[in-house]
Amino acid sequence: MKQLNAILEGVGSVVQLMVRALSYAGTLPRQSARFIEQCYMIGYTTLPIVAILSFFIGTVLALEAGYAMEGFGGKEYIGSLVGLSMARELGPMMTAVLLAGRVGSAITAELASMKVYQEVDALTTMNIPVAKILVLPRLAAVIVMMPVLIIIANIVGWFGGSVVARYVSYVGISPETYFAALRHFTKFKDVVNGMEKAEVFGFVVVLVCCDIGLNTRGGPREIGAAVTRGVVVSLILILVLDYFVTKVLQ
Amino acid sequence: MIPSCSKTRNPFTGEEANAVGVKVEGLSKKYDNATVLKNVSFEVQPGEIFVIMGPSGSGKSVLLRQIAGLDSPTSGTVTVDGGDPSLEATRERVRLALVFQAGALFNSLSVYDNLALYPREHRSGDENAIKTKVMHALKILSVEDAANKFPSELSGGMKKRVSIARALVMEPQLLLYDEPTSELDPVMSATISEIIATLKQEYSVTSVVVTHDRALALTISNRVGILMAGKLVTLGTPDDLNKSKDPRIVDFLNPKIDIEHPRFKKLETHDKETQ
Repeated sequence: MKQLNAILEGVGSVVQLMVRALSYAGTLPRQSARFIEQCYMIGYTTLPIVAILSFFIGTVLALEAGYAMEGFGGKEYIGSLVGLSMARELGPMMTAVLLAGRVGSAITAELASMKVYQEVDALTTMNIPVAKILVLPRLAAVIVMMPVLIIIANIVGWFGGSVVARYVSYVGISPETYFAALRHFTKFKDVVNGMEKAEVFGFVVVLVCCDIGLNTRGGPREIGAAVTRGVVVSLILILVLDYFVTKVLQ
Repeated sequence: MIPSCSKTRNPFTGEEANAVGVKVEGLSKKYDNATVLKNVSFEVQPGEIFVIMGPSGSGKSVLLRQIAGLDSPTSGTVTVDGGDPSLEATRERVRLALVFQAGALFNSLSVYDNLALYPREHRSGDENAIKTKVMHALKILSVEDAANKFPSELSGGMKKRVSIARALVMEPQLLLYDEPTSELDPVMSATISEIIATLKQEYSVTSVVVTHDRALALTISNRVGILMAGKLVTLGTPDDLNKSKDPRIVDFLNPKIDIEHPRFKKLETHDKETQ
């Protein structure tokens, strides 16, 4: 019962924070410097790890598909499998997982330490809403940067698959065949669906990590605990939301 | 003597505004099973320097957080100029600033940006006007050389002064200080006390100071309240306190170091007797 109460309190707190932050949406143009800084943090600094991970997801997908399809001569469809898997599922989900680990943890740590060291209290006494200057720019930045990250993840993943398709001997199909299958089966709608999923994941990860950071009490030990909680809750929510968002988008 | 002055003077524009008073009535605060404040009542007059003293853990900082509106009471009320300080409407009407014990400066911002944050967010003037105001506040506190430094590069005394300067930029009607002289050497403590007194003399800001510093309390305050175990045990002028015969007040204000009969031994004996 206590745990259920804690979960409901957490949901309530996150929803309240979201409503408060979005109520200041009109102030975003005046917060362009903070918005750009957050775009840099969420987008630019996450890009290399997203690219590396996506490349190897693409290669492994192509390898596994090549191994499985070798027996019944369906190797020319490897491109479609890699294309659809990356666009609809693995691109958005793995990018969101990386976002939780890299950006979510940093957001929780920063806001938790601001809370513990009374910087959040200082903002309150200055009558500067925390949701306005600490949460809104991050939410806006993740909404803008997630599609960019997904497009890059998809392209790099597809390219990774084509490298395996071309150079691994038991796969051995030409890039032309690989990309022809990819183009034929992967529609623009699939890519857009993946982006929509990623938007939901990114928004939820940033919002939850902001909320956990801002509700931290105690000292340095609690900051560490808050970071762990932020990442774990984000990962669970990504997986749970993945099912429901996929169901809605089908 | 409680000051008759009821106007604050803006340190930047010289304009006068109504000074604000604070009223605490029957305030109690509980955290889980621990009662930190027990039915505390007092009033701070506009333009007054009111000092709250008491042993460590007596609830002084909790009381200050209640006045700042950062925490809500379990029972009782706190009003600043007649309004609940935790409400945004009161914060918009009354300019209230809190100087935190550890400074609470924004570590990711330079000293200049720490001070400029409030006027920028509240759009009080263009960047040139803000610069003039920030540099003036830093000059009042003699820390103008630190403008481009980050909080991590400042000494304890400088952090305190920058923190007061940041509060000053808000042009406060009520200035709350949480242990402004803690962790400072005696000279720096005296300097901070002089700054608090000067701000009061020149700008008539209402000040509530939580401190252990006996010299500060008895030298610059108009009235002092002593809080012990969550209760306000006495409230009076510095003269009243000096004349007090209450052994708790006498011991708190003039503690004697008795090597023959140390306090901790008395506590040990008391604990054994009660077991």
